[in-house]
Amino acid sequence: MSRLLTYAPKDTWIHRLSGVTKLLFFLLWSVVGMLTYDTRVLLVMLLCSLVLYKTSKTEWKQVGTIFKFILLFLALNLFTIFAISPYQGTEVYGTRTDLLHLFWHYTLTKEQLFYEFNIMLKYFTVIPVVLIFIVTTNPSEFAASLNRIGISYRAGYAVAIALRYVPDVQHDFTKIKHAQEARGIEMSSKANLLTRLKNMSTIIFPLIFSSMDRIDVVSNAMELRGFGKNKKRTWYSGKPLQRNDYLSIVFVIVFCVSALVVTFYDGSRFYNPF
Amino acid sequence: MKTKFGIKEVVAIGIGTALFVVLTNVQVPFGIIPNTALQSRVAILTFFAAVFGPVVGGAIGLIGHALGDALFYGGVWWSWVFPDALFGIVVGLFASKYAIREGGFSNGKTIVFFNVVQVIGNALAWIGLAPLLDILIYAEPAAKVFTQGVLAFIGNIIVAGVLGTLLAAAYSKVGAKSSSLTKED
Repeated sequence: MSRLLTYAPKDTWIHRLSGVTKLLFFLLWSVVGMLTYDTRVLLVMLLCSLVLYKTSKTEWKQVGTIFKFILLFLALNLFTIFAISPYQGTEVYGTRTDLLHLFWHYTLTKEQLFYEFNIMLKYFTVIPVVLIFIVTTNPSEFAASLNRIGISYRAGYAVAIALRYVPDVQHDFTKIKHAQEARGIEMSSKANLLTRLKNMSTIIFPLIFSSMDRIDVVSNAMELRGFGKNKKRTWYSGKPLQRNDYLSIVFVIVFCVSALVVTFYDGSRFYNPF
Repeated sequence: MKTKFGIKEVVAIGIGTALFVVLTNVQVPFGIIPNTALQSRVAILTFFAAVFGPVVGGAIGLIGHALGDALFYGGVWWSWVFPDALFGIVVGLFASKYAIREGGFSNGKTIVFFNVVQVIGNALAWIGLAPLLDILIYAEPAAKVFTQGVLAFIGNIIVAGVLGTLLAAAYSKVGAKSSSLTKED
């Protein structure tokens, strides 16, 4: 699967940060990105995201296909909002400035354009951070650091297994799909909805049953090695939080709190220029 | 079966999540409304929740959706992550009633019960929680999010009802064979 984002080892200070720091940064960042509709805050966040993206030395070929995919979704989403609620912006900002009458009851208003511009900004402030988080975080180190901040190592291990087995399951999936296609089962959009649902099941059934076997094998192996016997376990790839980790955490907390204060200062999460 | 959290549950969450993530883009889109489709990953979530219980179901919904979104779309739409977790928990709550691993998922009564739970879970998640969070978190227009919610609800009950039921019944048949030796009244 070429489209899937994966971790790529590089040597920048972002790569050297602990997985926990990056997770915390990503979570807080996306929470603020979700909550605020304040254009000024969003623009500052966008700027920060772009700077971080640059310093992480992420290359376009690592994220390009995904990014185009996201743009498509964004465009569709913006279009749907307009199609279903063409006057949401007017409702939010309380004024109405008509720009252009399109047809039927659709009129393009300044407020609607501004509202949808904000939605677009929200996407763009969060996307770079997510991309950075995924391409710079080593999965095993991430599981180890989850445990370090006090999350049960069983939960940490579940996440590690998930990350570890995505490529394996992906491989199984492709194998089964090719086998079924060789038997003449149509997977493309040529078939109708029900047929496609039925054809989907011809992949899912073998995939799930082989995965259930895999669960037995893996859990037996772990049991044989005494997993879960002790309250604690050690990690091969864990590393302690360092100065840069603490600095980043302090930065993101201060930034998020002030962003929220600025956003909600006038009692509404929207910035109203009208 | 009590909701214990042993090695098998840890591994089930891990592999179930991996499956859920891989199947994220195996879907049949409805076309008109963005981000709604017949998602094959719903079948995975339903099946794992029904076999392994609420903890595994909830965790797969939560981690799987967040991870899958992040890996495939580069952004996490949190207001749709939690409904998936909720759905996993609701279906998983009655895992011992379906008795899939014990080979009990074959009579009509269990299958009907399973589907009733599944429809209620989907309704709570997609017509209740998802649009509510969309409005609270993202301040999206209500008309749009309820349209999406209802479409997701319809799509998911079809997938969970058809693929989920068939999977559970098929696995129950296989499981019954291997465990029939230990079963004693």
